[in-house]
Amino acid sequence: MTDSKKLVLIGNGMAGVRAIEHLLKLAPDAYEITIFGAEPHPNYNRIMLSTVLAGSTELKDIIINDWNWYKENSITLHTNQTIKKIDTQRKVVISDSGMEVSYDEVIIATGSKAFMLPIPGADKEGVIAFRDIQDCEKMFSAAKTYKKAAVIGAGLLGLEAARGLLNLGMEVTVIHKHPYIMERQLDEAASLMLRKELEAQGMKFLLSKHSASITGRGRVKELQFTDGSHLATDLIVMAVGIRPNVDLAKSSGIDYNNGILVDDFMNTNIPHVSALGECVEHRGVAYGLVAPLYEQGAVLAKRLAGVETAGYAGSVTSTKLKVSGVDVFSAGRFVETEGSRAMRIQDDVAGTYKKLVIRNGKLVGAVLFGDTADGASLFASIKSGDSIEGREKELLLGISSDLLGKSGGGASRLENMPDDEIVCGCNGVTKGAIGDAVLNKGCHTFGELKACTKASASCGGCKADVEGLLHFYAGDKVGESAKEGICGCTSLGRDEIVEQIQSMRLMTVKEVMHVLDWNNKEGCSKCRPSLNYYLGMLFPEEYVDEKESRFTNERYHANIQKDGTYSVVPRIYGGVTTPADLIKIASVAEKFNVPLVKFTGGQRLDLFGVKKEDLPKMWEELEMASGHAYGKTLRTVKTCVGNTFCRFGTQDAMAMGIKLEKAFERLNAPAKFKLAVSGCPRNCAEATIKDLGVVAIDGAWEIHVGGNAGVKVRACDLLTTVKTEEEVMEWTSAYLQYYRETGQWNERTAHWIDRVGLDTVKKALEKQEDRLALMERVQKALSVTTDPWKEIVDNDELRKNFEPISGPLPV
Amino acid sequence: MSKLLIGKLSDIDIRGSRTVRVKETDLALFRLEDGSVLAIENRCPHKGGLLSEGMVCGTVVHCPLHDWKVDLQSGLVKEPDDGCVMTFDTEIDPEDGAIYITL
Repeated sequence: MTDSKKLVLIGNGMAGVRAIEHLLKLAPDAYEITIFGAEPHPNYNRIMLSTVLAGSTELKDIIINDWNWYKENSITLHTNQTIKKIDTQRKVVISDSGMEVSYDEVIIATGSKAFMLPIPGADKEGVIAFRDIQDCEKMFSAAKTYKKAAVIGAGLLGLEAARGLLNLGMEVTVIHKHPYIMERQLDEAASLMLRKELEAQGMKFLLSKHSASITGRGRVKELQFTDGSHLATDLIVMAVGIRPNVDLAKSSGIDYNNGILVDDFMNTNIPHVSALGECVEHRGVAYGLVAPLYEQGAVLAKRLAGVETAGYAGSVTSTKLKVSGVDVFSAGRFVETEGSRAMRIQDDVAGTYKKLVIRNGKLVGAVLFGDTADGASLFASIKSGDSIEGREKELLLGISSDLLGKSGGGASRLENMPDDEIVCGCNGVTKGAIGDAVLNKGCHTFGELKACTKASASCGGCKADVEGLLHFYAGDKVGESAKEGICGCTSLGRDEIVEQIQSMRLMTVKEVMHVLDWNNKEGCSKCRPSLNYYLGMLFPEEYVDEKESRFTNERYHANIQKDGTYSVVPRIYGGVTTPADLIKIASVAEKFNVPLVKFTGGQRLDLFGVKKEDLPKMWEELEMASGHAYGKTLRTVKTCVGNTFCRFGTQDAMAMGIKLEKAFERLNAPAKFKLAVSGCPRNCAEATIKDLGVVAIDGAWEIHVGGNAGVKVRACDLLTTVKTEEEVMEWTSAYLQYYRETGQWNERTAHWIDRVGLDTVKKALEKQEDRLALMERVQKALSVTTDPWKEIVDNDELRKNFEPISGPLPV
Repeated sequence: MSKLLIGKLSDIDIRGSRTVRVKETDLALFRLEDGSVLAIENRCPHKGGLLSEGMVCGTVVHCPLHDWKVDLQSGLVKEPDDGCVMTFDTEIDPEDGAIYITL
């Protein structure tokens, strides 16, 4: 593109490249992009370096964007080039090899440097940092010839380096100036537990020691301490901290303090020169964790793309770490001070420790050791600042009070159930099969039972019975279920995932799985569609829907049937049609030899038995909008005839139904949702068993919510009664958006409302300002939707997937 | 053994699939993220679901009918279900992206 501006990124690390990825999504053609990296590799995940050193992964496994990515996005990448100066007058960057590249915008993302102790001998051979792939390589080669290693600094990085060196077969001593290790992340008790664990793994510690000098001829031989003692060693790894890399700012006249100074929009003091990541200082803070850097990247990308954005306001951080196979977590102010109280449990047998620090009834800090599963939810609680009064024990013990008080009701019913009775109707699993799995196949947790028998593996409607039978058969042997996340690929729950996506502004399904450390990096048919939904819900305008993470039905915009054919349901707004539309549907059905035409439960026509390759042709001829009979979205708005013809009707139910359907069609939601409008309290549209039902009464409209007539029959609760049509739209918008934002993927409103509580929903929608804010967000999500049938009809590249491939030809 | 030219790489979306009928057999061809193309018989051993319509996760395809998981490399069904489908050797010409299949 001739009118695109030149953007130069200096630094090929996580923060900078992340901002570029974001920018490419927002404005793919706005810039001609050049990236400079001082290392010879494409962009890799520095956080995972310790796993490379530990030998469990290789460099290629931690590459975030490979060479192809740069090529595909037309990015010019110069590796092995360090930028020495930015000439801000001429607007060019100059590299150490003399290369000059001009820019319209330049981003400095040079990260940080390992801090080397300025002690005599620190420049000797064998004294290194632990910062990049090259340092890893130096450790690998040292381990081949030498035996003894010393690591200065018992922070996370130091301990990871030490663990890696142990793996390489070296004798490792860790030197620390504090009396206990990882003092910035852990309190003394947790620190002691960690040290014991590491000592058991073979690490040696010298605590409260200050390094004085390094001796040796050429190569390091001894480390001297200020107390006169010394340690013989062949390799010294300094891991005493990092410093923002401000070299470039120094040589280019850009303001810096500890780091390069930036404002809330990542501007430096020089126009068109931005900076982000570990090299910057924002409101006095230089961050060294990935989440804040990603947040900065999102702001910068938006600014460069010309998208309106709020500035970066700084980040609250938590630390979740894995040190040598031990999980540790800390967040907030975890050391008790005056006015705060602490609760702790320590289990030296299991090797776990948990401490919560409470001030004024609020959680202000937490330390977890050994089991960090609760970390994300505790962190959310710290950030929200909500009162935890009355729930302290629940948080400490990690058991809900519901569960603590659960009775064994219904046990006798399960006991008397015959062996051949089917418990799970979807998969045909009998009580006997469940008994067999528990008694003979060793299934002692719900997860194992589900995996082994498939009981409760489809709709989940029988979960309570399956759990009951597990208790009945296994008795005391019921195992502690491993914490179940949204699927088997992760132990994280919905709220934790959404929270992390939001705070780190993760932008693709793959990135979420990568950053949140999915144990199955490919995901599965459960987590991929749910992540796709959460991302689209959180970032409606930026996120690009991933069609390959959607189910068949939603990918092909038709319902797959048992024989592999599809069914087609055109939209019929409010169940009201015209003779012309009926003729069109009938003639299309005849033309394509549709074997079955049926009225659906929601007042529409369903054309069954359609061959996949005929779908686009049929849609083209129908010229009607997709009825989304396949989606996790608005299905139908059922109506009665209302006051148009009915002698009892009090309001125009059909017009209201059509209005609602037109307003919310195509809206993605955690699960499908159905609406209905009845024109009088006789409720002929059965509006009180819908996800949202509107019932007209004389001079007003009742809004009922949370109903369902499917897997779980549930009658609606009355949400409110309003006077005008505008208010119906306002409340419906707010209710649907609140469900979209808080529902778990695949959770119908009936389950959702039972889980969150009707009162919570009422409270969230009580104030008009809150309703209007929710309404604005739902409008934003709706504004980017398009009709999928039309999209496919008009696009050959999408259309090809409906046809078999043209081959085969003999060779 | 016969070698057939099926099509070219660009005919199949990444993590997508296309179908082709060879004599009496319906095949499903999947293009994985790493650029490879794998071909299997397009029929789930459970209830005959069309595997070409399923979601691809890594080297596994989920049957669209009842979520059975079939490994595209070995053709084996993953636990807790069992069964297998036929797999077919594929070859891609690195020059022009032509996809060949051997029956």
